[in-house]
Amino acid sequence: MSISVQLNVNGKSVTLDCPSNTTLVDLLRERLELTGTHVGCDTTQCGACTVHLNGRAVKSCTILAAQCEGAEVTTIEGLGDTDNLHPMQEAFRECHGLQCGFCTPGMIMSAVDLVHREPAINEQVIREGLEGNICRCTGYHNIVLAVESAAKKMRN
Amino acid sequence: MYDFNYHKPGSIDEAIQLFTGAEDGVYLAGGHTLLPSMKQRLASPTDVIDLAGIGGLSGIEDVDAVLEIGALTAHDEVATSSVVQSEIPALAELASLIGDAQVRNRGTIGGSVSNSDPAADYPAGVLGLGAEIVTNKRSIAADDFFTAMFETALEEGELLTKIKFPKPEAAAYVKFPNPASRYATVGVFIARTGSGVRVAITGAAPSVFRSTDMEAALNGEFSVEALEGITLDAGEMNSDLHATAEYRAHLCTVMAKRAVRKLL
Ligand SMILES: Cc1cc2nc3c(=O)[nH]c(=O)nc-3n(C[C@H](O)[C@H](O)[C@H](O)COP(=O)(O)OP(=O)(O)OC[C@H]3O[C@@H](n4cnc5c(N)ncnc54)[C@H](O)[C@@H]3O)c2cc1C
Ligand code: FES
Ligand code: FES
Repeated sequence: MSISVQLNVNGKSVTLDCPSNTTLVDLLRERLELTGTHVGCDTTQCGACTVHLNGRAVKSCTILAAQCEGAEVTTIEGLGDTDNLHPMQEAFRECHGLQCGFCTPGMIMSAVDLVHREPAINEQVIREGLEGNICRCTGYHNIVLAVESAAKKMRN
Repeated sequence: MYDFNYHKPGSIDEAIQLFTGAEDGVYLAGGHTLLPSMKQRLASPTDVIDLAGIGGLSGIEDVDAVLEIGALTAHDEVATSSVVQSEIPALAELASLIGDAQVRNRGTIGGSVSNSDPAADYPAGVLGLGAEIVTNKRSIAADDFFTAMFETALEEGELLTKIKFPKPEAAAYVKFPNPASRYATVGVFIARTGSGVRVAITGAAPSVFRSTDMEAALNGEFSVEALEGITLDAGEMNSDLHATAEYRAHLCTVMAKRAVRKLL
């Protein structure tokens, strides 16, 4: 079955037809060519596909495009760009919070939501808050430092 | 994931009609159990009926001695609700322990309870608190709801609309999470209520169950020592690569003691 979906991606209104079994991540990557959002597992485990849906971090491999009718979606591309990095992106760069970078877009989207909703950010809150994001490279240590550092800047 | 017909009804009646008219229909709530199983082709419905367009199925209401939670209420909303935190803090804590932040932003209480995964957390809270499960046509007591592994008293096409939780005098939930998925290897919910202590255990057996031995012991004396020597039958427990049946039986008593300690 083909469906028509209208949604807002990174501030732009998008209307397109797609098969009903299209996931949000497929719509973003294959149809809108926003390939910053990654697919690590496609089984809801790794968090590489994390984007913001109406402001909250979600795993876009486990949401149908159809469920996003009328929604606001923000991907890593909508957070900042090379000349104008978001404080979280800047902090990951500064603190060496990435190695291969595959998990990084999802990590950053989760971390931004975490800082927005948690009043007190500390190591434990960050480690628990990022449980839905798996990194096979960094050992998480510098990711925690990056989020701590970005939280301070985002609050100022 | 195979193709399907997608529907987004605006009312419960319309949802039921769509379900009845479909060859193999399924309701979609948060999709965090359904979509992974459709990707694995463990489920291949012809029609997916998205409940998100139906008004009034989401939210938390404080009604005298009861908290009513709508079927579509996300785990995160229960975990962070000030009403739940003050009236039944153990339920807010249980919700905060489910999966991870992204899963809690999407998964719903109605989906979790309808699905009755043997390792899910909510069934322990629902049975432990003696909640009532309200559907489009009736109200079912928690004691009659969870019937077997992934099986409930819901009939074909019956729609869970809300759950009514009576406020306990006190309650605690302690789980031994699977370190990868956070599902309960064993989770124990203990509630002190006007009509005695209730002990509900999830993760251990094919379906959530009450331990009448533990309840009797704790009704006699509410202490950690009262649970000393109570061993559940390993023959009734699940066994998998994460934990043997003997280990799960052992964990039931350990988690129950921890829950009691939280209540002293
Ligand atoms: C990575 C990961 C980790 C998880 N960890 C945990 C955990 O630690 N503890 C835990 O308890 N759960 C865990 N879950 C499961 C999660 O809580 C699910 O969201 C939940 O079990 C199902 O809720 P849902 O809203 O996503 O339902 P869906 O997937 O939409 O639906 C599940 C089933 O219930 C039916 N259904 C849904 N709503 C209704 C209704 N109102 N009436 C009748 N039938 C209905 C659907 O038809 C379907 O068969 C995890 C999931 C993932 C992906
Ligand atoms: S790709 Fe979505 S969670 Fe791994
Ligand atoms: S930096 Fe390689 S997976 Fe995280």
